[in-house]
Amino acid sequence: MTQNLRVKSSEFIDETNRISFKFDGKTYYGFKGDTLASALIANNIHLVGRSFKYHRPRGIMTSGSEEPNAIVQVNPSSNITEPNARATEIEIYEGLEASSQNCWPSVNFDIGGINNFLAPLFPSGFYYKTFMWPKSFWEKYEFFIRHSAGLGKSPATKDPDIYDHRNIHCDVLVVGAGISGILAAKNAAKNNFKTLLLDEKNELGGSTIFEANEDNKINNNLASEWLKKEINELKNIKNLEVKTRTSVAAYHQYNYLLARENLTDHLDKKDKKNKIRQRLLKIRAKKVILATGALERPLIFNNNDRPGIMLSSAIKKYSNFYGVVCGTKNIFFTNNDSAYESALSLYNKGIKVEAIIDIRENSDTKIIKKINDVGIKIYWSHTIVDTRGYKRISSISIMRLSNDGTSVTGSKISISCDCLGIAGGWTPAVHLYTQSGGKLTFDDERKIFIPKADTKEQISVGSCGGDFELDEIIRNLNYKLKNFLNINKTDFDSIALENDHETSKRNIWLLPSDQSIGKTKPFVDYQNDATAKDIKLALREGFRSIEHVKRYTTTGMGTDQGKLGNMHALGIIADTAGVKMGELGTTTFRPPYTPLTFGTIVGRNVGEFFDTFRRTPMNDWHIKNKAEFENVGQWKRSWYYPKEDETMHQAVQRESKAARQSAGILDASTLGKIDIQGSDASEFLNRVYTNAWSKLAIGKCRYGLMLNEDGMVYDDGVTTRLGENHYIMTTTTGGAANVLGKLEDYLQTEWPELDVYLTSVTDHFATASLCGPNSKKILNKIIPDLDLSDDNFPHMSFKEVLIDKIKCRIMRISFTGELSYEINAPASYGEAIWQKCIEAGKEFNITPYGTETMHLLRAEKGFIIVGQDTDGTMTPIDLQMDWIVSKKKYDFIGKRSLYRSDTMKEDRKQLVGLLTEDPNIVLEEGAQIVSELNQKPVEMLGHVTSSYFSPNLNKSIALAVVKGGKSMMGRKLFVPMENKNISVSVANTVFYDEKNERLNA
Amino acid sequence: MFLINCPYCGERDQQEFKAGGEAHIERPKQPTELSDDEWAEYLFMRKNIKGVQFERWNHAHGCRKWFNMARDTSNDEIKAIYKIGEKPPTQ
Ligand SMILES: [Zn+2]
Repeated sequence: MTQNLRVKSSEFIDETNRISFKFDGKTYYGFKGDTLASALIANNIHLVGRSFKYHRPRGIMTSGSEEPNAIVQVNPSSNITEPNARATEIEIYEGLEASSQNCWPSVNFDIGGINNFLAPLFPSGFYYKTFMWPKSFWEKYEFFIRHSAGLGKSPATKDPDIYDHRNIHCDVLVVGAGISGILAAKNAAKNNFKTLLLDEKNELGGSTIFEANEDNKINNNLASEWLKKEINELKNIKNLEVKTRTSVAAYHQYNYLLARENLTDHLDKKDKKNKIRQRLLKIRAKKVILATGALERPLIFNNNDRPGIMLSSAIKKYSNFYGVVCGTKNIFFTNNDSAYESALSLYNKGIKVEAIIDIRENSDTKIIKKINDVGIKIYWSHTIVDTRGYKRISSISIMRLSNDGTSVTGSKISISCDCLGIAGGWTPAVHLYTQSGGKLTFDDERKIFIPKADTKEQISVGSCGGDFELDEIIRNLNYKLKNFLNINKTDFDSIALENDHETSKRNIWLLPSDQSIGKTKPFVDYQNDATAKDIKLALREGFRSIEHVKRYTTTGMGTDQGKLGNMHALGIIADTAGVKMGELGTTTFRPPYTPLTFGTIVGRNVGEFFDTFRRTPMNDWHIKNKAEFENVGQWKRSWYYPKEDETMHQAVQRESKAARQSAGILDASTLGKIDIQGSDASEFLNRVYTNAWSKLAIGKCRYGLMLNEDGMVYDDGVTTRLGENHYIMTTTTGGAANVLGKLEDYLQTEWPELDVYLTSVTDHFATASLCGPNSKKILNKIIPDLDLSDDNFPHMSFKEVLIDKIKCRIMRISFTGELSYEINAPASYGEAIWQKCIEAGKEFNITPYGTETMHLLRAEKGFIIVGQDTDGTMTPIDLQMDWIVSKKKYDFIGKRSLYRSDTMKEDRKQLVGLLTEDPNIVLEEGAQIVSELNQKPVEMLGHVTSSYFSPNLNKSIALAVVKGGKSMMGRKLFVPMENKNISVSVANTVFYDEKNERLNA
Repeated sequence: MFLINCPYCGERDQQEFKAGGEAHIERPKQPTELSDDEWAEYLFMRKNIKGVQFERWNHAHGCRKWFNMARDTSNDEIKAIYKIGEKPPTQ
């Protein structure tokens, strides 16, 4: 059917700009300014999807972000397709393609319709009850769910679009540009507040802008006409920034809000290229004015979900704003006056309104008199008991409501229609208010939750604050604004207002039918197919908390977060359980208010910008020499340097041998370096390390172990005394920032009396670690003047020297067990010094090695790596490092904890060496260790922490933590793997050069 | 996301700060004199109250200074910020 349902040209639609788009593979036309929903309705398409559980046909229901049904897949045939977009929010553009999301195999074919007949089998909690049993059936269920459910399709390739973040600071943020928001923003800006006004729609003015009710007047003009003039003036106001297509997603404490600004989604395909698609605004506002409006409620009655059943306010917007009629034979079903405005709008455009069904007994406002005057039939005190029509509503049945509203009486009347507008009253959009921490209060008379209190930093105005009628909105806004901004007058102080006042109210959360509830389908949550019946069942099964009922029935858990039906769910629970709604509370409104793309969340922080990389001064050399890199914290460290087609294993074996046989060189620049100065520096080190520091001579180095106050090893490294009151501490690469933080903490909060200053100098020095028996000869070539004899420059000492006039610090310290020197040069000379070492070492086959070889060499010596061989549960005693714990010192961080009954237990996990029975088998790091193979359940004694094939010993070696390992020397244990059990024996942690003879070789 | 008024730098975003747990727990001067229970009390036991709580905060990505904060955990209102060594506010 290609019926054109445009009724009247609209100023918001550009009818000179015809746009073609595809929906479910067919081409249609709309105009610039249309949403996908309004363009589809103009083409007489209502059926756009299938429901989640029962596969029932579903149509467009709303005209905004609360849409539960018209959820579409954009660019369905592309790799960069986007799921879960709302047809009511997509502005059409040339080249738009979209498809129904939940309609396998097609929206018009009913495969899952069978579920509709099986409905008694799908009550609330059916996920929990059905899919959990029997377990082996899960795969079948999964197939069914994946294929028939409306979960959409995720994109298959990298998002090619550009996203951005922007920080904004303003005096006043106004969220929502309806009449209240516009007046608030205008007056804030005029009073010199730097003001930002945001609205999720592309046009300002909210619902007032397409208002046609002649009884609502401002200064004797139609409210809509008056507001248009106000909007026109906005661009001349200084201090005011206005952003449309910008939806506030989250409202955190201290007026910190996140908003998504949509920049290109509405543009033609060719105009989108190379532009930022969406921008995340991070807004810190001194004051926030919430003017987020209200959402119309549906009514809950039997079969209230057929295509063609829409919110009354949506029908009005489609006709007044988009110039599209939703049906040719319309009926409205209401409990308040607003449906009459929609009906009159249609009537004035020459569209037929068959009847208005009103559950109230009467109402005598002006608008109702007008409806009577034009002869539209009103059925007072009636309710709809059923609807008909499969892919589009075709008729309704109505009956008279009993006085108490719980049953129906009399005879059934059937009226045919192709569109039904439902109006269940209005729910203030308090989502952002509650996200910010605001509490709600229940207004029992009007059946709405409204903000409990405004604050000095935040107010809610207009209908989100509970004001619905024009005069009430403007009057309260004026009063609140003056207090909030501390101003004496506004430019609408003496405005003339005229409007109708609603006089009669009636609210019934679940409307009765002539059939028993078991036979009806009154949908509360359209997207998740949850009915009033499901909620009642949940209550019968003992659920009481609203949060539990929500999860059990899945009410409010779809992408629309229950924006339409949550109030009814609460109402039905309250009525059924016999409690007051105010006492029931609400479910939590969590951000985001509407879904955000991942692109918006990450902004520019993708690819290489996802995290900061730190590179050493020698990085270019490593790249030139084909190093493979490893991430260590944020550092890119050389991992190994493969030659030609060497594997990693081959490269590491070669590097390890070279370092022990002749000379190797490692870039150790990433080690944390903290400069420590002050007259109490020695005392400070005494308190933070486990060993004693007072007697360390100037020019000497010492290895130190740092614990947490709980006695567990925290970090380690060598610290050198440069002067009387001057030390340089090294930390692990990954621990540098944390160690500095911890030391500062103690200095500032526990020992402020100590005269100590800490400075991070990690980035100031580049470190080349020269190691191996020939390292002394190489260093001698570089610094011929320096006496390298053991007497003058012994192990664990330091010299300050000049290399080519560059001041360098050289420490003779070793992490490999070989004779070894660490040359620290100012960072900018790092590469030059490194080159010099390489040149000087050529005749000794100096071999650059990476972190993997470093780990292997230190494992041969049984040196620990904090974070690999320890995990925050190992004391120095557990590590067999008792030698480093001073017995003499009165106190140091963690000392007392070493004497707790638990840390003194003999059977704690302790660090030991492991040797495999077959020297060629290399254990997997992380593998579990057991003593018995046939025991069930088997006791896990510990796990392997480091494991390598040692080329220098020609066998496999490993370090492991084992329960009571210290007393198991030589004992046979097992490492059970997937296909085999590996026999191992407990050994000393030092595998190589136990007497440390090579340090002075 | 709090806006925290660092006593040394002024108002900054919470991202720049690190929370350091309950304030005013002094490290015992003579740990060796304490029983296991007393030491555990210092080491592990922390309050988690609904209401005003005194906490340590560090301007980690700023001046690196530690300071104290009185925060109402029920609504995240920061009641007071004061320097290390200063007495907590009584109100
Ligand atoms: Zn600071």
